[in-house]
Amino acid sequence: MSETPDDDVVLRLEGVSKVYSGTVAVKQADFDVRRGAVNVLVGENGAGKSTLMKIIAGVESPTHGRILLDGEPVSFANAAAARARGVGMVFQELNLFGNLSVAENIFAARELTRGALGIDHRRQERRAAQFLERLEAGIDPGALVEDLRIGQQQLVEIAKAVAQDARILILDEPTSALSAAEVEVLFRVIADLRARGVAIVYISHRLEELIRIGDFITVLRDGRVTGRARMADVDVGWIVRQMIGSPAKDFAKAEDHAIGAEAFRAEDICLPRLTGGYEVDHVSLSVRKGEILGVYGLMGAGRSEFLDCVMGRRPHATGRIFIDGEAVSERDVTGRIRRGLALIPEDRQREGLVAILSVAANLTMASLSKFLVGFHISSAREQTAIGRAIRDLSIKVADPAMEVASLSGGNQQKVVIGKALMTDPKVLLMDEPSRGIDVGAKAEVFRTMRKLAAQGLGIVFVTSDLGEVLALSDRIAVMSNGRVTALVERAEATEQSLVAASALGHGPGPSPLLETK
Amino acid sequence: MMSAAEGSLGQSAAGSGSLALNLMKLRTFIALFAVLVFFSFAAPNFLSAANLILMSKHVALNAFLAMGMTFVIVTGGIDLSVGSIVGLCAMVAGGLILNGLDLMIGYTVYFNVVEIILITLGVGLLIGAINGLLITRLNVAPFIATLGTLYVARGLALLSSDGATFPNLVGKEEFGTTGYGVLGAGRLFGLPLAIWILIVVALAASYVARFTPIGRHIFAVGGNERAAGLSGIRVARVKLFVYMFSGFCAAIVGLIVSSELMAAHPATGESFELNAIAAAVLGGTSMSGGRGTIGGTIVGAFVIGILSDGLVMMGVSSFWQMVIKGLVIIIAVVVDQAQRRLQQRVALRQMARMG
Repeated sequence: MSETPDDDVVLRLEGVSKVYSGTVAVKQADFDVRRGAVNVLVGENGAGKSTLMKIIAGVESPTHGRILLDGEPVSFANAAAARARGVGMVFQELNLFGNLSVAENIFAARELTRGALGIDHRRQERRAAQFLERLEAGIDPGALVEDLRIGQQQLVEIAKAVAQDARILILDEPTSALSAAEVEVLFRVIADLRARGVAIVYISHRLEELIRIGDFITVLRDGRVTGRARMADVDVGWIVRQMIGSPAKDFAKAEDHAIGAEAFRAEDICLPRLTGGYEVDHVSLSVRKGEILGVYGLMGAGRSEFLDCVMGRRPHATGRIFIDGEAVSERDVTGRIRRGLALIPEDRQREGLVAILSVAANLTMASLSKFLVGFHISSAREQTAIGRAIRDLSIKVADPAMEVASLSGGNQQKVVIGKALMTDPKVLLMDEPSRGIDVGAKAEVFRTMRKLAAQGLGIVFVTSDLGEVLALSDRIAVMSNGRVTALVERAEATEQSLVAASALGHGPGPSPLLETK
Repeated sequence: MMSAAEGSLGQSAAGSGSLALNLMKLRTFIALFAVLVFFSFAAPNFLSAANLILMSKHVALNAFLAMGMTFVIVTGGIDLSVGSIVGLCAMVAGGLILNGLDLMIGYTVYFNVVEIILITLGVGLLIGAINGLLITRLNVAPFIATLGTLYVARGLALLSSDGATFPNLVGKEEFGTTGYGVLGAGRLFGLPLAIWILIVVALAASYVARFTPIGRHIFAVGGNERAAGLSGIRVARVKLFVYMFSGFCAAIVGLIVSSELMAAHPATGESFELNAIAAAVLGGTSMSGGRGTIGGTIVGAFVIGILSDGLVMMGVSSFWQMVIKGLVIIIAVVVDQAQRRLQQRVALRQMARMG
């Protein structure tokens, strides 16, 4: 793995660390960005990629270490400062104003004006049209952004970054919402920018995409750089090895237990997409008592949407679900919780917790009817249940009356799990249960999952972390593009086969359909 | 007085905070105490039993509305229509006593007083339900939905009598419509009946907030609607409940006002909604939802009521009264924000100590 001469390096991170309250997101990372090249950054969810990029883009400042731009140490006070030095970034979450036109978005905060006479809309739209034409998007610069498809919005975001004449352009998962044809166009634009000497930092989960487009690759794992190479020197196997590290992450099966009869079955779950096609495409899955079914897939594969459909959160969803073999006719969340389903949502802050209420109130929120004497909530019963939940899940809290927002991420997650368990579920649906919590807390959450399975609960959990899905699951389903593309026993699953199945139907190239059922 | 201000779930956090924090938490009580002490020196006769009872009667009207408003605001909404519901309900009661219900087929039905009170309460509940359905079913923003019913209810009140007053609601013996005045003028153990009703409704509301699922759900919905929905709470039902309760409280006020005056005027209750919001906010209800207590709101209503009555007794012009009232509300919210920040800092310090 030869090093290129240093003068190609336009930006260099040296020994950069970023500590958030309690968790270390990036540890002592070195990262070089070379001009006229596509610098790929890859790693699992939570490996620290986004944090590293936010540091480059000036959104976050590093706790330790330094940033060298053209060999000189710099520190960006904010994103605007970074932009002024030629660093542009396309965030994974779109940062567009839906209520403004495409052109207004592209020139947001640097409007073309006619002196004091206000914004020169016509010139803005003409310029915007030029950028959009290069992206072959067929987007009208006068259209409102909220009227565009997500993929088109992503192209607008890219046009916005390109329009800033960035020397360093960071693309965080730019293809996650693009169609195959749009991906091809994007790749042509990237090639064009590279030829003009722009340094591109490209982040993606889709390995075949990276291999096709990348020049240099850097792999992050748990906040550390674990591999650096020329793309020409490596293959998928190498990348996966660097990403996952030693094959056994430390949450291997604690206890073996018998797996019982079928607890839950979903048949033909479909969720139509607004723009045609399906977000969830005829998915059928089942889980047995005491079994953990891991659902692996990339972001946007329809995994969370599938759980939403099962939970009754999508009124347009079709399909049938069964619990203990009986059809569930209830269509709403309340009814399905009563039948024994419970969902741990992916976004704890927005959907899992009521941050301003106490730990106690959050725990019992979903199951108050259990503590009723007539119409009166019995404090004694409620307190007993709260105490038991805090003990069982070992939630670290001094006083259950404390606001739940004051807990650490891992303990907050346990509160969400505790809340779900208080409804006496038969099937637990967990969406990215380890997201946003540190390594120690992760292991504890996983131990809890195993324990619950041992008690006879059926668990369906969704993750985009290969190590997790392999270590925790009894059976693994892979979803891609709204479909189940593989369904295998744990023993038969390999990293390569899962990665391959998770890319089916995505991106460029033919999309063969493989149903291993 | 209620024992309240504190004690709602989630507000009793970090008990061992600094002195400043505790003072801030008790700010509404301190404000109440301050206005009481101030006016007992500044205004003659302020502390006489007769005056205190009279003030309580004034306060009670606002306190009813403010209680309903508190639940609505805790869910993250607002109810602008309460003042108009007061007016409409006063007219409904007055019209039924005076003219009965004309069936348009040559017959007129007269109800007795108890029936009239129940019908009037029903009207309040109905308008509250309309508010709730507009907001939950048709997705109209609470501000707009209740602004609409504000106009509609007021218009109906005016239409009911062509803008005239229904005077002299003594009723007729043969229809059983006499005795309507008891509601406004009656006394029990020396206290006006209205105060007793207030105490009963306040205790009930406070109980509901703390010890019934619907009460807990109100706070959960206001704190995070999505999380509440995903926990199986029927968010639409909770919202419907709070707007209906608010309409119910407004109907009570309409009854009491018209009974006190023995007349129903269609402009009754104009701008009452603003006083109700002010009392709720003064009592620590957060406009962004999730926080608030019935006890706090009642204390808030007393602060506002005593402030305006006391200023009247001191002979301060009503123009200055408005300025002072506005300042008090603003200061209350500023202190509220300061308390939040301080509380967060204390909590963080505690966490740091715990490690």
